[in-house]
Amino acid sequence: MSSETDYKDLEMLARRGRWLAISTVAGSGAGHVGGPFSAMDILVALYFRVMKIDPKEPRMPARDRFILSKGHSSIGQYSVMALRGFLPVEELKTFDKGGSRLQGHPDVTRLPGLETSTGSLGQGLSVGLGIALGARLRGEKFQTFVMIGDGELQEGMIWEALHIAPRYRLGNLTAILDWNGLQQFGWVLAINEEHRGDRRDPWTGIDLRGIFEKLGWRCIEIDGHDFAQIVPALEAAKASGESDQPTMIIAHTIKGKGVHFTEGKHEWHSKVATKDELRVVAKELGIEEAIA
Amino acid sequence: MKALRDVFGDTLVDLGKTNPNLVVLDADLANSTKADKFAVAHPDRFLEMGIAEQNFVGVAVGLASMGFIPWLSSFTVFFTHRAIDPIRMLVAQTHANVKIGAAYAGLMTGLTGKTHQDVQDIAIMRAMPDMTVLAPADAAEGEALIRWATEFDGPVYMRLARDAAPDLFDKNYRFIPGKTLLLREGADVLMISTGPQSVRCVEAADLLAKQGISAGVLHVPSIKPVKKDEIINAAEKSKLIVTVEEHTIYGGLGGLVAEVLSEASPRKVVRLGIEDRWGESAPNDYLLDQFRMSAPRLCERMQKLVG
Repeated sequence: MSSETDYKDLEMLARRGRWLAISTVAGSGAGHVGGPFSAMDILVALYFRVMKIDPKEPRMPARDRFILSKGHSSIGQYSVMALRGFLPVEELKTFDKGGSRLQGHPDVTRLPGLETSTGSLGQGLSVGLGIALGARLRGEKFQTFVMIGDGELQEGMIWEALHIAPRYRLGNLTAILDWNGLQQFGWVLAINEEHRGDRRDPWTGIDLRGIFEKLGWRCIEIDGHDFAQIVPALEAAKASGESDQPTMIIAHTIKGKGVHFTEGKHEWHSKVATKDELRVVAKELGIEEAIA
Repeated sequence: MKALRDVFGDTLVDLGKTNPNLVVLDADLANSTKADKFAVAHPDRFLEMGIAEQNFVGVAVGLASMGFIPWLSSFTVFFTHRAIDPIRMLVAQTHANVKIGAAYAGLMTGLTGKTHQDVQDIAIMRAMPDMTVLAPADAAEGEALIRWATEFDGPVYMRLARDAAPDLFDKNYRFIPGKTLLLREGADVLMISTGPQSVRCVEAADLLAKQGISAGVLHVPSIKPVKKDEIINAAEKSKLIVTVEEHTIYGGLGGLVAEVLSEASPRKVVRLGIEDRWGESAPNDYLLDQFRMSAPRLCERMQKLVG
C-alpha cells in the first residue's frame, strides 16, 4: 500500500487541525501558529493511530501518556484533542479566555486528558521520566511520549532528564524532538547560510543524534511531516516499551508547515492571521466550509 | 535530643515499612541529609537522581501522578533557588502530591558558608499558592510533621535544620495544621519564632525571667496555613511583639506576623533575624553570636527593647 492511501485520513485530520489552530488563534486575538503547525502531523499520528487512549475515560489507568513539553503549542494539542473527542470542537472558541479549560499553556487542573502542566520550557521530559519510572515500579506496560522543541532544548533541565532516563533503562519513555529549526527570535542567518527557516537553526552544526546516542538513547530520525515515517517510528518506540533504552525520535520539521506564508518564518511563532490570510489558509488546507 | 536530619531519615525508614507508595528521591546528598538510611532500608524505593535538582522535582511529579508519595531530599538552597521554577509550575500549580524535604535550612549548614545558607526560603515558599510550609523545632515535632505531610494529599515544603536542638516536645506531640504553640506566657514581650530558633527563644525567656522580665514565646511550626487569630490573641496579651527567625527579616515569619497584626490589631512589631547581608562559613556558636540569635544575645536585645 502506498503512503498516500495508507495515511489519507491522518493527512485530512492534520489539515483540519491546522485550520482549527490558526482560526482559533485568530478568534482569540493571540496565540501560536508556527509550533503547532510543525508538531501537527505527529500529534495527529499519536492521538489517532498510535496511543491507546479513550476520550470517554481520559484517566484510564492503562492509557498511553502524552506530554507537550513545548506548552506554547497548546492550541495544536487542543485542536487534535477536540477532533479526537476529548472536548467539543466548539469549545476551542474559549481558548485563552477567562474561565476556559483551554489556557494559553496546558493546565492539568482544568482539562481532563492532560498529564501535567507545561509552559515554562524544558520541564515536560522530567515529568514523563517520572511517569515512566513509576510505571516500571508498578509493572504497568503503557508508553509515555513527551514532545520537546529544539528551541526548548536550550533549557538545562532537559539535559538533566536526558542524562537520567537512560540510567533507569526506561524503554517505556519516548521523547519526540520537533526540530523545526526556528524559535521566537533566535539568531540571524550567516551570509550564504542555507536553512529551511529565515533565522538560524539553534543547533546548526551540532550532531544532536550523536549526543543523544552517546547519552544512551535509541534514536530514530524521521521527516516529521511524512506519516509513512512518523507512524512506524512511533510504533517502533512503543514496541520497545519493555526494552532497556528510551527512544528519541528526531523529527525534522518545518515551522509553520502547511501554509506557504507561515512556513519557515520565525515571525509566525506567535501571530494572528488576518481575515484575508485566513481565506488563503482555508484554500491551501482545503477546508471547504471556510473557503465560502 | 536528635538532629533533624536523623529524624528525617529514620522517620522515612519507618513510614516506608507500612507505606509501599513512599519513595525517596536524592540529588546526591543522601549521606548528608540522611536519606541514605532509606536507601539501606528500602533500596528499591530509593531513587538516586544525581546532581540535577530541577529534573528530580519533575520526576517526583510524574511519580506522584502514578500514585506514589515522593519525598525529595536535598539542601534547602537547591530547592528554593535552583529548582524553584519546576516547584512553582509542576508541583504547586498542579497541586502534585510531592513532599519537599529541605535539609540544611538557615544559617547553620555545617561550615559551608553563604553559598549553602538559605535564609530566604520561607519568604519564597509562603508566597506560593497551594504550598504548605512547615518548620519543625525539634525531634518530636519533626517526626510528627513528616508523618503528617506523608498522609496529607498535596505539596508540602518541610524546612529542616541540619543539627540537633534541645527537646521542646515529647512523643505526645500532635500536629494540627496552622496551629501555633504558646511555649511561654509573657506580659512584657512576646517572641514569635519558628523552627529550632524557638528553642533558643525559650532559653532566652528563661534568662529574662531571672532579670524580672516576663517574656513569652509563641512557636509557629506551620507557616502556611497559619491560624491568624492565635497570633492576634497572643499579641494582644503582650506589651511588645518581637519576631525571631533564622531567616531574613524580609518576608518570612516577621513579614507574616507584621501582615497579620497590621491589618487586624496594629501595633509595633520588631523583626529580628538576618538583616540585609549574607552569612559566612563558621561554627554554629560563632554564627549565632554574630547574627545575635543565641539565647544570651537575644536576652540582651530583649532587655534593650523592653527597657
